[in-house]
Amino acid sequence: MDGIHDMGGMHGFGKVEPEPNEPVFHADWEGHTLAITRAMGYTGVWTIDQTRAGIEELPPEVYLASSYYRKWELRLEKLVVALGLAGADELAAGHALRPGKRLKRKLEVADVPNTLTRGSFARPAQAPARFKPGDRVRTRNIHPATHTRLPRYARGKLGIVEALRGCHVFPDAAALGTGDEDPQWLYTVVFAGRELWGETAEPSLKVSIEAFEPYLEPA
Amino acid sequence: MAHDHDDDHGHGSELSEMQLRVRALETVLAEKGYIDPAAIDVIIEAYETKVGPHNGARVVAKAWSDPAFKTALLADASKAVVELGLMNRVGDHLIAVENKPKLHNMIVCTLCSCYPWEVLGLPPVWYKSAPYRSRAVNDPRGVLADFGVTLPGDTEIRIWDSTAETRFLVLPMRPAGTDGWSEEKLAALVTRDSMIGTGLPKNPQAA
Repeated sequence: MDGIHDMGGMHGFGKVEPEPNEPVFHADWEGHTLAITRAMGYTGVWTIDQTRAGIEELPPEVYLASSYYRKWELRLEKLVVALGLAGADELAAGHALRPGKRLKRKLEVADVPNTLTRGSFARPAQAPARFKPGDRVRTRNIHPATHTRLPRYARGKLGIVEALRGCHVFPDAAALGTGDEDPQWLYTVVFAGRELWGETAEPSLKVSIEAFEPYLEPA
Repeated sequence: MAHDHDDDHGHGSELSEMQLRVRALETVLAEKGYIDPAAIDVIIEAYETKVGPHNGARVVAKAWSDPAFKTALLADASKAVVELGLMNRVGDHLIAVENKPKLHNMIVCTLCSCYPWEVLGLPPVWYKSAPYRSRAVNDPRGVLADFGVTLPGDTEIRIWDSTAETRFLVLPMRPAGTDGWSEEKLAALVTRDSMIGTGLPKNPQAA
């Protein structure tokens, strides 16, 4: 999706402003929003890629005007309603008006330490890897209206495969929520700054992306 | 405070609106039987107290002190960090990238906020902000200047855009003048930003 979230290389956002002694959360509700998101993810009702798509699909003016955890909260509301886990009327009422659905599992206190670790996204390969380190590749010029992890600034660009990272869940498929993970080989592909940004780019700059095989063709 | 977001302190009405919305959401999901509010509290506590850049600093200090560990870390960071015993498990796809005299690494997620939570904790607001995500990939020296960092002109700058489930940790260079220092003392020099690549380790003379 060519959305506002795809920010690499955009101009006009100003300086980076580090906050000295930044707290982990700036308000109580931020921690709750994060924790509810983790606990709902544990139930297996959605994939991490569906949640990323949920943020990307926020209207651009909402995306830009909302704090990070406000985006997370809006996403949670949207996903639970879209998946029929709760009704908008219940969120407005602040109480359940109907019984819940039966979910695969529920996060209990004793399981919390295990959920602090990210799971594995590696999967058995469907075919041998098409590329190897050192290969020249060109990223494809694709513009899917659905979730993708190929940023706009790195489409149609010439790069070098630097590393093979294994075969992983393919986000473009997993985001659709059909249960199909369509595992694909994942590579680190490195580009010269000038390939991405033209002659005025910093000569000493190199940028890499983590590219799934369907994003690449031989060059 | 970043001008584009997260400044709830200046907008009391938004803060209370968000408190109410999150409370309503948590209540509904708990009453539906999907979540346990006690587990929610434990998750929050863990992110506030257990997870954080102190873990990453220990990893870096160990790599500075123990060449065999450094080799293992650069070969398979997930495995090496678990064997260090700081935590029970680490996600499977952690990758350590080493700074060298002519090479400086910096991590970004231009699409969202991917970050090595297990070794650095939750990302700071600036890491998730539009200015950082937009500029890291095409103006890294400008970004470094925002952090007060200047690198020699002939240093290659390598940006790692975290566009998949792989996560990156920068292994900064060990500062000169730290011969014979203990791992604990070295770890105190390792800042969070030095492990993202927007900063350098603390000056040992000032530590």
